[in-house]
Amino acid sequence: MRTALKTSYVQDIRLFPDVRRALRYAVLLALAAALPLLLDDFLLGEATNVLIWAIAGMGLMLLTGHAGQASLGHAAFLAVGCYANAILMERAGLPFAASFLAAGVITGLVGVLVAVPALRLHGIYLAIATLALSILTEDIIVLAEPWTGGVIGLVAPDITIAGAEVDRYGSPGLFYWLCLAVALIVTLGYRNVLRTPLGRAFVAIRDSEISAQAMGINVAMTKALAFGLSCMVTGWAGALMGHFFYTFNHEVFTVIISIQLLVMIVIGGLGSIQGAYWGALVVGVIPQAINIARDGAQAAFGGSVLIPGIETGIFMTLLIVFILFEPRGIHGRIEKWRIYVELFPLCRRDMFRRQKSFLKTERMR
Amino acid sequence: MSLLEVDGVTVRFGGVTALERVSFAVEPGEIFAIVGPNGAGKSTLFNVISRIHEPEEGDLRFAGENLLRLAPSEVAGLGIARTFQNIELFEHSSVLQNLLVGRHRHRRASIPAQVFFAPAVRREEVAHRAAVEQVIDFLDLQPYRDRTIAGLPYGLRKVVEVGRALAIEPRMLLLDEPASGLSAEESGDLQFRIKDIRDRMGATVLMVEHDMRLVSAVSDRVLALADGRVIAIGTPAAVQSHPKVIEAYLGTEAAVP
Repeated sequence: MRTALKTSYVQDIRLFPDVRRALRYAVLLALAAALPLLLDDFLLGEATNVLIWAIAGMGLMLLTGHAGQASLGHAAFLAVGCYANAILMERAGLPFAASFLAAGVITGLVGVLVAVPALRLHGIYLAIATLALSILTEDIIVLAEPWTGGVIGLVAPDITIAGAEVDRYGSPGLFYWLCLAVALIVTLGYRNVLRTPLGRAFVAIRDSEISAQAMGINVAMTKALAFGLSCMVTGWAGALMGHFFYTFNHEVFTVIISIQLLVMIVIGGLGSIQGAYWGALVVGVIPQAINIARDGAQAAFGGSVLIPGIETGIFMTLLIVFILFEPRGIHGRIEKWRIYVELFPLCRRDMFRRQKSFLKTERMR
Repeated sequence: MSLLEVDGVTVRFGGVTALERVSFAVEPGEIFAIVGPNGAGKSTLFNVISRIHEPEEGDLRFAGENLLRLAPSEVAGLGIARTFQNIELFEHSSVLQNLLVGRHRHRRASIPAQVFFAPAVRREEVAHRAAVEQVIDFLDLQPYRDRTIAGLPYGLRKVVEVGRALAIEPRMLLLDEPASGLSAEESGDLQFRIKDIRDRMGATVLMVEHDMRLVSAVSDRVLALADGRVIAIGTPAAVQSHPKVIEAYLGTEAAVP
């Protein structure tokens, strides 16, 4: 069992609580940076996919996990980021760095615009409204054909950064590093937000709007900000996704993607940055695991084993299992193991039992 | 000049009149208690002051400023802090995080500065942390800094909620039934703390309370409400022996046939 001796307030504020954890994350980052040297092109593509999902997951996590606003419409914001980036590069001839940043800002502004009417909605009603937005976006993409290429879609323009061509197929290592850099910057920004008044305001409106208001937090503005920041990050993920898919049309950003994003952060662990990464890992690994299992089954039994809908089936089963048995997701489960080991042998069975809250009033929100 | 002036406030919910032309004034440095039977309108009055309910008539001034012109989230900016009857803490955060939310009105940094955690933000956070630590010392919350609210017993939650309100550095503190659900011992602690809040923190205290022992021990003046009307105002002893107050609590003698 270890105890932390704190001698200054800065210790409560800095990024890592102790040296050991800082070292652990440094090793993880070094490993992540070295992946292009260790993996073949196919696996590296999968790793890139996981990173892009993690960025999108962080976007939704901020909104749903920390600010408590459910959204089933984040595929719409992925689409806005993706198309904005491609159109700005193609039509306006902007370099990638500029169009990428602008795509995030545009998506963030769209998010704030959506938030304004959505501010009056709570919980399930907000989810339904954002779901409608997601469905609407698919049609808007088809209708706005002169810009979006309609059902034919667009081809992601080539990226050139400092003279080097960054291409998903031509130079998968560089594209991976680009995604890693974006993921790292978003993670740091996210972590910073959480340790400032802004992040505390997000958590406050999630847990009790009425007392957040009594503390001087402007609930409407904080929600709009949460939407804005969340959509900005999601827009960046969308821009990267466009380059990852190379070609995209209205069928890429469907409602299913929205739902998958939400399921992903629930499985990963709501209310934690790590949860977005764990969820992305699950999203990335499951299809490959199914493929491997299918190949194995085909080799063993002969013929072709094809079960339609198995991927969605497994994913949703996982969601139900997690909601029933581990509502805090993979990250919550790992935290419990960590606390068990750190406190060994003092950990008690009831330490993690969820308590009923006293007299929580739903009357005033 | 009075710190809080309530002038002819009337609140109606549909056909029910919750408050009818309620007027009183709270002087700076006072401990002012509001008593009354259930449904008298005490909590409604608090919710009017924190701008959750809109009064139909009447005026509300704090330090000369018209409260009715403010949005609910701007009330804290004037230095009015409150607790809730049923405890409204941020359940999934630690005690420390809850108290830090109370510092919200003292924040200065812009949003981009916060996202990049600029040096100014770091300095500000250390200052907030130091201010919160004073509240922790004041309320003896040291052992619970990093505990999640969801795992704390009821009595401690009440203390944390008072702490969160104190972190605002209020000029006036509204306590909605601070002693309800507390043990005799906790209620005794509370008695000293309320006096200390006034004497050491310099905050005027306005509280709704049923526990008459606590009310008469700490308050300078008491206001009795019944059915939304003011029936008595004065020292605790005077209000307690006021015939109308006794009537409101115990009822009148039945006419003997």
